[in-house]
Parts: sequence; C-alpha cells; structure tokens
Amino acid sequence: MIAFLIKRLMHAILVMFVISVLAFAIQDNLGDPVQQMVGQSVPESEREAIRERLGLNDPFLVQYARFAKNAVQGDFGYSYFYREPALEVIARHLPATLELVFAATLIIVLFSVPIGVYSAIKPRSPVSRFFMGASIIGISIPVFLTAILLIQVFSIGVTVSLFPESTGWGAWLNGVLSTEGNMPSFGRGYDLVHVMGHWDTNLITWDGLKHLVLPAVSLASIMLPLFIRLIRAEMMEVLQSEYVKYARAKGISMRRVYFVHALKNTMLPVITVGGVQIGTMVAYTILTETVFQWPGMGLMFLDAINRADIPLIVTYLMIVGVIFVVTNTIVDLIYGFVNPTVKLTGKPA
Amino acid sequence: MALLEVSQLDVRFALRQGEVRALRDVNFTLERGERLGIVGESGAGKSVAAFSLLNLIAKPGFIAGGSIKFEGKTLNTMSERGLRKVRGNRISMIFQDPMMTLNPVLSIGEQMVECLKAHRRISTKEARGIALDKLRQVQIPSPEKRLDQYPHELSGGMRQRIIIAIALLLDPDIIIADEPTTALDVTIQAEIMALLLELCEQHNVGLILITHDLGVVSQVTQRMLVMYAGRVIEQGPTREIINDPQHPYTQGLINALPQMATPGEKLNQIRGSMPSLSNLPSGCAFHPRCDFINRADGQPRPACTQQVPDFVDSGNCRVACHMVAEMLEDRRLKEESL
Repeated sequence: MIAFLIKRLMHAILVMFVISVLAFAIQDNLGDPVQQMVGQSVPESEREAIRERLGLNDPFLVQYARFAKNAVQGDFGYSYFYREPALEVIARHLPATLELVFAATLIIVLFSVPIGVYSAIKPRSPVSRFFMGASIIGISIPVFLTAILLIQVFSIGVTVSLFPESTGWGAWLNGVLSTEGNMPSFGRGYDLVHVMGHWDTNLITWDGLKHLVLPAVSLASIMLPLFIRLIRAEMMEVLQSEYVKYARAKGISMRRVYFVHALKNTMLPVITVGGVQIGTMVAYTILTETVFQWPGMGLMFLDAINRADIPLIVTYLMIVGVIFVVTNTIVDLIYGFVNPTVKLTGKPA
Repeated sequence: MALLEVSQLDVRFALRQGEVRALRDVNFTLERGERLGIVGESGAGKSVAAFSLLNLIAKPGFIAGGSIKFEGKTLNTMSERGLRKVRGNRISMIFQDPMMTLNPVLSIGEQMVECLKAHRRISTKEARGIALDKLRQVQIPSPEKRLDQYPHELSGGMRQRIIIAIALLLDPDIIIADEPTTALDVTIQAEIMALLLELCEQHNVGLILITHDLGVVSQVTQRMLVMYAGRVIEQGPTREIINDPQHPYTQGLINALPQMATPGEKLNQIRGSMPSLSNLPSGCAFHPRCDFINRADGQPRPACTQQVPDFVDSGNCRVACHMVAEMLEDRRLKEESL
C-alpha cells in the first residue's frame, strides 16, 4: 500500500515534469505577454527593458531551469495579469471549479446507476428505449450548446404557442411546455458561505445551489449518457454470466442477484473509466464556466490564454495534471478495495 | 408417486427465424435417492433439460408444454417466488465450469451464507457454522480458512468441491449436476466424481448427472437416458444399456469409447455430426448417420426417413428406433409361429 502510494508520487512528479516542459515549450506561440501588460503606448525600448527584467530574452533552457528551481520550492512565479503568485490565483479559483465538478459527478452517479441498471434488466421496456434514445442525443450535443439551450429554457424562458389557445387542451399543453425562466445563469451568486482559506461554498445556501444547477447539469450532460450506456452494456454482459445464472439457481432473491452479484461486477470497469472521466471533466469546465461565467479555474485559464499569462497557464496545466494523478490514484485505491483479485503493490503487475 | 416426474417436456427457443424445438417428448422419473444419467453429444439438449427442470432456461428459451412435477407440485407453472423456494433448497445445481460459477467479487463465505439465508431464518453466525460443516464434508483442506477466501485464490478442483458443498447446504432432495467434471483435469475428475457419489449415497440425495462420459455414467448412475437432437432415444437401467445398447446411436457412442478400439487402430466414431435443431432430418433424426437403415434384404427401411419412431419396450429399456421395433416384431412373430 505504501509502496503503491510512493510509486504514484513518482508518477505525479514525472507527469508534472512532462507537462511543465510542454507548457513551457508552447509559450512562444501564445503571443507577447509584454504587449498584454503595458498596452500600445509604451515605447519599444521600455518593452525591451521589461522583457530583460522578466528574463524573457533568456534561452529556453535557462528560463525553464529557473522556473523548475523555483517550482520545486513551491514558487510557480507571478501571474503577469494579477500581479500575485500564480498558485495564489489558482487557489482562489479552484474551489468554484471543484464544487462544479463535484455537483456534476453527483448528478452523474445518482442518475447513471439506476437508469443504467434498469435499462439492462429491462432492455425492451419503453422507458429503457427512451433513455437509450435520449442518451444518444445527449452524447451528440456539444456541452456549450447544451448550456445555451439550458439558459434559453430555464433562465430566459420559452413561451409555447404551438397549440390553439382557444381549446382547453391546447392552452393546457402550451402552459405545460412553456417555462418561466427564473433560474440564474450567471456566476455563483452573492450568497456564498465562507468555509476556510479561499473556499467560499455554493453548496449550503438555497441561492448558491440554484446558481449551481444549470452549470452542473450542462457539465454532466456529456458524461451522464456515456455512463448510462456504459453501465447498461456492462450490466447486460454480466447478467449473461454463469455466476449470475448460478446465483439464480441458488434460489436467492432477484434483488440480491441484480444488486449484489451483478452490480458489483458491473461497477469494476465503470470505476476505472469513471476516474479518468472525472479528470476530464475538470478540463470540460473551461467550456461550461465560460458560458455560465462561473468564476472557476476554467474561465480563469481561458482568460490567461487570451492575456498570454504564461506563469498562470503553466501552473494551471500542472495543477490539472496533479488532479488527474490524484483522482486516478483514488480510483485505483477504490478499485483495489472493490475487486478482491487486485492487490495493490509497488511492483509492476 | 415418484419424487420427480417429467412428462412430455417441450422446450422451445423463440428465435428470429422462428421457433426451434430444443426438447420434445422428454419423459422420465426420478425416485428418492435414485441416480439418473443423461448422456448425448453436445447440442443434444442435455443441459437445456437440466436447466428447464428449475425453469432456469435463459430467454428466448421457454417451456412450451408438458409438466415437471416435484413432490406432486408442478414446477413449470409455479410462480417465480414459489420456484425460488425450490431452487437451491429442495433441488440444487452443480454447474459445469467451476472457474465461472462462483462470483469473483464475493467471498466463499458470503456465497454460502446468502444461500442459507435465502431459505432459512438463521443468523449469519449459524449459517457460517453450517457452511463450515459442509466444507468439511467435501474434504477441503483447512476449511476454516476458505470462508474468507475469494474464488481466485482456489484451484478448479477446490472450487468444484465448494460448489458441491453449496449444493449440499440445505440438504436437498435432488442435485442436478451439469457436466460437473468436464472442466477439470483428469486426475481431479475421478476424485470429484467419487466425492459426489459418496455424498449422494450418504445423504440419500437423488442425482441427475448430465455428462458425455459414459464411463462415469456407468459407475455412478442406476438409470440413464440417451438423448439425440432434443429427444430421448433410449432409456432404462444403466447396466443394461451399457452392456447391451439397442439404439444404433447408443451403440455408436459406446463403440466410440477409446477402450473399445483396437490398439494402434483409429478410434471408432459415429460418422457425420449432430444436425442443427432448426433443420432436423425427416423421420428419425438420426437416420442420416445410421448404419442400420437397410433391412436384412438390403432395401432401405422407408419408415426411418419418413416417420418419427415411437418408443418400444425392449426388456427393461425403452428404445425409439424402427430397426429395433422391427426386430422385436420379427421375434414376436417367430415365437408365435412356434
């Protein structure tokens, strides 16, 4: 176990090293940070002086070595735009993103498991067919489009007048299909509760939760159908297995056959995929946060790219790399816990 | 009344091309403590027969007709709830491949305890006690350790012992064993079979043994059925069928045993292969592979290709074959004329 964690720590260091080199290597193509800092009116000689002072004229390896030396000591440099440590800027934006990802994950887990299991047990029922069809549509629509649709329907509101208003049923149908559009679509709201450090939470006030709903749903909209289909496919395969047949032959209840014998085996591959996807979701927040102006890391990263704020970009990429390694490690720990045939060791399998 | 009475069992599979009849006109009985063997090539319907007894055939298969009576109660029309009380409790099963039968993520103890708890109101502690006792009966080394182990930590032979222990957990009346030794190594096969036989005798448990190993059938069972293309074609006391098989197919099976071949010569075989159930030959399903469709005068017997043979009694056995029927008829006529 300890050997396993040490091995993972080495992984994390390697991942961060590779990411930092890559991020550093692309910086020349991101535009001129000095231009972003000082604007048009400053003369070229002064710009050159700033470049020299920031060390931007040094060769790549010198710049990288300087960065790496500081990074090892926890100093990732100053954000050009915010003029404060990049890590500090990230720390301020991280909680919003993590809460968003957490809410989306919760939505995915709460809905994908029951729907996936149901549609595996009753593959021919109309409800399952509906979910299978809907999930195809869900996978096909890009996140930002889903987000815009959600805003239109739930924040702006739609008035349906498709059916004749004069008839009773027409008016009723129009009424049912129309939406009021009172959901907030912008930012985290002002009713945040301070928890600790940079962490203000959306999760415990009514207004905070309302602000969280649409971004979380749109972030979940890609992964949820994927997970429904994955769970369904795995479960259907497991239900064909000999041990499920045998469990039935033992005379135990179908509920136990489905939820103990079948579901436990179904979840093994789902956990593996799920872990990677949570990491991916952190990356997807860039789109969601931009559409909903959610003040998290994703939005910050997009701004940093626009401003050629290289220290911030590099730090962001490294933090996301760490999040990937950490979630994968947690997933592997959970997997080892659920699957008795896996023993966690430091040795390669 | 026999413990188990199967009559006119008809099992079909609803496939896209239409219904396929996997079993038809299957009749047999099993007395308390009796051991019955079901033999035949792959695809003859042996396993379907075994699984349909507890109504466990997977969709699109279904029981289309006939009846399965256990202690006078008809199993095939019983509710799922009622069946569950019989499954694993009065009638338990042993599956073919012990590597696939046990759930890989549940401990042996859990898989034994859940079975006991499904049928009896007992505490987990009591259930573990019973489980341990059964593990001792199947002579597993250090049984205490096994309850907390997982299937992957045990060998195939050990797993099959555990499955036998699970089959015995609730002291059933009948065990249905679907090729219990096929997936095991030869040296283990004999051990497992001997163990199963011993435990069945000791507890007076009826056994339905499905196998294609005629050697095992002759050692273990008292009566046997020979199946071909979804039908029973010969049934009777095991010893009589093995010593004096009547049906050409049964003769072929026995001839195909390696010990029947002359050393250095090719092994005997039945030419051709089992027909597809969706496209059965006319008349007797075995006729394209049969060496006896010609009469004594060298002319083919028309009935073989035109008419499904009925059962005839030959001594203690019942055989579905036109050739045997003709022989018996000739013999009867001869005796009458004397």
